[in-house]
Amino acid sequence: MAMLEVKDLRVAYGKIEAVKGISFEVEEGQVVTLIGTNGAGKTTTLRTISGLLRPSSGAIYFEGKRLDQVPAHKIVTLGVAQSPEGRRIFPRMTVEENLMLGAFSRTDHGAFTEDLDRVFELFPILQERRAQPAGTFSGGEQQMLAMGRAMMSRPRLLLLDEPSMGLSPLMMKRIMSTVKTLQEQGTTVLLVEQNANAALKLADRGYVLEVGSIVLSGTGRELLASDDVRKAYLGEG
Amino acid sequence: MSSSVSNPGSHRAERDPRSWRDRLAAGSPDSPDAPAQLNRAFVIGLVGVALLVASAFMSWTYNPALLGNVTLYGNPGTVQIYLLVMALMALFLLLIRKGPLSRLGRHLGRQTGLRALGIGITLYLVIAVGASIALTDDAMLGALDPGVYVGILGGLLVAAAGHLLPTHKAVGERHQRFPAWLEILVVVLLVALALAAAAYGLGIGDPALFVAFLAFVAVIAAGLARGGFFDWLSIVVGHHRTVLLLATFAAAFAFPLTQNGSDANMSIATSVLIFAATAMGLNIVVGLAGLLDLGYIAFLGAGAYVGAMLSESAFATIDWKPPFIIVALIGALFAALLGLIIGSPTLRVSGDYLAIVTLAFGEIFRLTMFNLDGNNGPDLTHGPNGIPAIPELNFFGFDFGATHAFFGVPITRFANYYFLLLLLIGFIILVFTRLNNSRIGRGWIAIREDEKAAEAMGVNVFGLKILAFAGGAFLAGLAGTVKAHQDVSVTPDQYQFLESAFLLAAVVLGGMGTVGGVLLGAVILKLLPEKLRFFADYRLLLFGLLLVLMMRFRPEGLVANRRRQLEFHDDDEALADEVEAIHTEKVT
Repeated sequence: MAMLEVKDLRVAYGKIEAVKGISFEVEEGQVVTLIGTNGAGKTTTLRTISGLLRPSSGAIYFEGKRLDQVPAHKIVTLGVAQSPEGRRIFPRMTVEENLMLGAFSRTDHGAFTEDLDRVFELFPILQERRAQPAGTFSGGEQQMLAMGRAMMSRPRLLLLDEPSMGLSPLMMKRIMSTVKTLQEQGTTVLLVEQNANAALKLADRGYVLEVGSIVLSGTGRELLASDDVRKAYLGEG
Repeated sequence: MSSSVSNPGSHRAERDPRSWRDRLAAGSPDSPDAPAQLNRAFVIGLVGVALLVASAFMSWTYNPALLGNVTLYGNPGTVQIYLLVMALMALFLLLIRKGPLSRLGRHLGRQTGLRALGIGITLYLVIAVGASIALTDDAMLGALDPGVYVGILGGLLVAAAGHLLPTHKAVGERHQRFPAWLEILVVVLLVALALAAAAYGLGIGDPALFVAFLAFVAVIAAGLARGGFFDWLSIVVGHHRTVLLLATFAAAFAFPLTQNGSDANMSIATSVLIFAATAMGLNIVVGLAGLLDLGYIAFLGAGAYVGAMLSESAFATIDWKPPFIIVALIGALFAALLGLIIGSPTLRVSGDYLAIVTLAFGEIFRLTMFNLDGNNGPDLTHGPNGIPAIPELNFFGFDFGATHAFFGVPITRFANYYFLLLLLIGFIILVFTRLNNSRIGRGWIAIREDEKAAEAMGVNVFGLKILAFAGGAFLAGLAGTVKAHQDVSVTPDQYQFLESAFLLAAVVLGGMGTVGGVLLGAVILKLLPEKLRFFADYRLLLFGLLLVLMMRFRPEGLVANRRRQLEFHDDDEALADEVEAIHTEKVT
């Protein structure tokens, strides 16, 4: 059984259906990516998994448990964490306070410092600037903080929404290699990206979304090689 | 506790709006021209101070009925002594720049303090003295004696001296630390001074004299604020929070003892405390959880009505007379229940809906109380007549209506309620600070900063909001049950929208999310209207003006809520500056 199963998911904003009955799976230990253009329904899908949106029909199962009726704050305790689109760090809080909020759902206080160390190991710059207000950070640093914050809840599944948005190519490489590290450390990652090239290189499996439906799927390598993908998303052909 | 000795290139000096003018006039603050300019400013300042002192010993008007008699030469009246004190402060600020006290000046003093003081003194003489005399005497301006003009000239000269003083690089004055005992002493002395000033101010009967006293206090405060004293103080207080809290409570407890059995001020003081307690409750809702509640007074009213209906008043409408402790709990729980009913549908949607719904709820509450008179439904509240003759509280034989002696000092009816309310406020502050420093408080900050992100982090946004909303209502209900007994009667018109607006103003004016600020705001907003009754209908106008000025010049409130990082990392100067800079940026 897959770690995350999404079955015939439909999500609508009022009368406008943004996700039109998609199904996909994420196996434990994999990096799975959803790619597609603006408005394809990627972020909507992610926000529905994390409980910020409710589906109009369909079901989401995480480790066999049904997620789609569980409130967002409980989903975090089940082991699903989100690094939201646009990072959405808390700008007036310090780095450390941001990370503390990442661990908000946890009640085992002893492990807090342990997790903090783990995040600092992933992103040493966060340790250097732990007392600094997060609003002063550059985009890349904020992305690191957003990911570190999500990791503070010790998720088994990490939902990453557009981590490369607005970053320099160098910083984007850094972030993508961190995703790889997280995977090696045992975290399953569901990655939503517009940068199809970077995402597919990394992913074990990919799904291509177009106006709310999955039009293609396959391993990262297969999709990278597919003519349709190359034409539509990699600007080739 | 070492002081940072030198801090060249401190951006605080750079930020001074005058620095560019100095550079034009004198090259740079340290250039050889600076001493000449300093001398010039110093002499002008000394002349100004001399004129001020002379003015204090001259006659200000021929009419002995005005401002407590300022007609005499060589014998200063009260308002002239205020002027003397301000002149001495100006002299002190001058002397720390040049002369025997200048070593102190390395740490203290900015020229802006002197300038603010000079402008303040001038305004004091023009408005609190000149206008007050001219408007109350038939002779108008003719009623003014030369003393006033001499003083105005002196004030202008002091302001000019402050303006001309070269930019002074204060040596990290804000982070200047002194031995702990000295700092604690300063805090305690200031609290004692505040108590003395409050007792003195309340004792002034003549409205014109009271206004002059207020102006005097405002001028001194402005001078200290611009001189950087309050910045330093806020850091010192940050290190001695408990001392400040204890000293303030000791002073508040001591206040009735200074009144010598008179009820005149105590009745004002009790209503101030009710107002302050309610404002502190609202501070949890607005300041911590960031929920805009425009009908908060209804929760106080709910508590008060429960208190009245279950009291032993002959007009009470419910025939059940539990002891007050039970009544207080029921009142608080009833208010909290109302909070749940109002909050649960509206708190799910974010933004301004809550403000509108609470605004409507406040009016619905008042109108419901107004109409439950037996004609339009059950007779629960006697409609507009309200429930009168609510008996005094009685705890274990301690009658709140009677005067008790405390070491020979009479403690009157109002003083009894005052002490009870003080305990209540203490309780509310305890709840406030415990919540603020807890995981729940962290969740509230996250909700204030970014609700969706908070939710994604596992913060139960709806749950925490409803907790703040119902919790705030609970505390207001609790205060309401006491208010019913203290006021003796409960009527619907006590709970109109204006009261909610005033409560919110107290929170915003004082400083959202702070304890000291909101208490200060509540005291100012409740006390001043009581003492300024002769302004009658103009009070609202003045209040509006005050709000506009505050929002323009200090939108973060009298006491700013410095983000908590400063408490954790107060040795990190760069961080302190940054956090503060960001904070002000966000607010302004």
